[in-house]
Amino acid sequence: MTEDRRPKELFVIPSSEAPTDASRVADFTPDLIDVGEHHLCPGCGEPIAIRAVMDAIALLGLAEKSVAVFGIGCSTAFSNNLDVEVLQALHGRAPSVATGVSRVRPGLAVFTIQGDGDMANEGLQEVLHCAARGENIVCIMLNNGVFGETGGHLTVTTTIGQRTKNTIEGRDAAKHGHPMRIAELLAQIDGVGYVARGAVNDAGNVARTKRMMVEAFTAQQQGLGLSFVEVLTMCPTGWFVPTDEAPNYLAETIAGTHAVGVLRSALPSSPSD
Amino acid sequence: MSARLVEGSEAFAQAMVSAGCRFFAGYPMTPFTEVLEHMAAALPTVGGVCMNAESELEAVGMVWGAAAAGTRAATGSTGQGLSLMQESIAEAALAGIGFVVLNMARGQGDYFQATRGGGHGDYRTPVLAPSGPAEVSQLIGEAFDLADRWRNPVMVVGDYYMAHTWVDVELSEDYPEPRSAPDWTLDGSTGGTGGAKLVSPLGTTKQRDGVGYDLAAHYAHADQQREAMAAGITPRAETTQTEDAEILLVAYGTMARYAESVVAMLRSEGHAVGLVRPITLWPYPERQVAEAAAGCRLVAVYENNAGQMIDDVKLSVLGVAPVVGLNGYRTDSSAFGISPDVSVEQLAASVRELLETS
Repeated sequence: MTEDRRPKELFVIPSSEAPTDASRVADFTPDLIDVGEHHLCPGCGEPIAIRAVMDAIALLGLAEKSVAVFGIGCSTAFSNNLDVEVLQALHGRAPSVATGVSRVRPGLAVFTIQGDGDMANEGLQEVLHCAARGENIVCIMLNNGVFGETGGHLTVTTTIGQRTKNTIEGRDAAKHGHPMRIAELLAQIDGVGYVARGAVNDAGNVARTKRMMVEAFTAQQQGLGLSFVEVLTMCPTGWFVPTDEAPNYLAETIAGTHAVGVLRSALPSSPSD
Repeated sequence: MSARLVEGSEAFAQAMVSAGCRFFAGYPMTPFTEVLEHMAAALPTVGGVCMNAESELEAVGMVWGAAAAGTRAATGSTGQGLSLMQESIAEAALAGIGFVVLNMARGQGDYFQATRGGGHGDYRTPVLAPSGPAEVSQLIGEAFDLADRWRNPVMVVGDYYMAHTWVDVELSEDYPEPRSAPDWTLDGSTGGTGGAKLVSPLGTTKQRDGVGYDLAAHYAHADQQREAMAAGITPRAETTQTEDAEILLVAYGTMARYAESVVAMLRSEGHAVGLVRPITLWPYPERQVAEAAAGCRLVAVYENNAGQMIDDVKLSVLGVAPVVGLNGYRTDSSAFGISPDVSVEQLAASVRELLETS
């Protein structure tokens, strides 16, 4: 089973025209993802973000030298559905586990997938310390501002006014504190090679996020230190909004606090910014 | 092999390097700190990596990753630091990731933590208890072999006395090539083949095989593995003059060395006193303790805590002889495990009293 699954170029769905061939989309299995269907909620942004990661790995030819370290959250649904080697970690612990892998196998493209609850609530110090150490790994945070797997609860990235199960009238800074901007936090730490925040709420942002992933892994392969990509993902279930309204909710509510863009790059140029 | 005067901590470090440990991560805490110092000095000279982890949580996480990537790896700490690591130790057992954990306790107050574990779920960790630096080298090597064989964390219990006492020990300065990475470990190479490896405490079934994670099946498999491990490790103990003993002492680690002196002292006075020293604290040497206790008037458990191993002794003896605790030997006010109560004279007096009253 050695079929070459690498795409010849970065595949981007044109956003300026409506899809014309529905059957092709239904039959399509993305690169390095075993099973195209998933069991997450309708409208979830995480499968799109995971695909962006895998597309970047495929494009850069890193499939046979990657180790993914997954945290615990909704995205864990993909930890046994990838055709790259996967090490499952505990909630909060993926960056330290990835450190161990990377330090004994420094040539590999080691990367982590965590949600905001996992990375920023349970284990924030782990990614901060990895950044300060200049750990040569890629850390990815799928940020939907809620603990999705438990049903939509407040995290440290939940925006002011955002309704969650335990801030049902909306997050109030006086009662529930302020949201943390994780990409900004990491961007000011010496030891990072690349920091960006993408989103998957529309085709333009998906394409931009894929380029960020390519840049993040490129920086990792060049040994520039920690690469961090935060991806804003839709969670209509946890946001209590209709599925088709979630992309706009992301743009109007979440991205207002967590702005999309490249925050820091040691690469010669970052065309995605 | 050459005899050298070394701090006990260095004996632990040298033993790990000799056993092929090439990754170590730790966070300073007395009396574990000096092991970390020695590993930081030793590992780079043999191509290994020592991480000054920013917390115990990260130390054990790093070791989880290094071990899953095929390297013999170890961490360790003391009491509270080990409490922080318990979640990962428990879950690593479920993931089938083997590494060594040094439990450099201050006294012996962490016997329960070591042998029962402070983590969640139906896991166990093999626990080896050297009585001093001279035995450390052999048991550290065995601990790594057990971690590989059973793909499970393995604990080695030291203490303040062992870590900080300078002793003359035979140390191997030969560092044989570490064993090659086991087949199940990760190096990235199976990516893109349609059968990329997965190492996970949730199981290793992949969605392409028609199933998601099947936790019930995985936990049943873990149960079988644990039972096989429990049956596959021979419990060990050392006995001293137990054949005709009227009073049997049971002690492990440094405390057993005090007990050994007391047995010699009381025997010279004509008293029939014996000692059994458990070397494996899990699986516990129940048969050896029970056989030594048969025919005794009394079994006395000497431990530097409020009475923890006494539970295992009672479970071993099962009422054949009365079991009392010679404990209450706590720590001093600095909590570093040096108690003025821990002395040959003190223990000898306690045993003499038992001989008169029991």
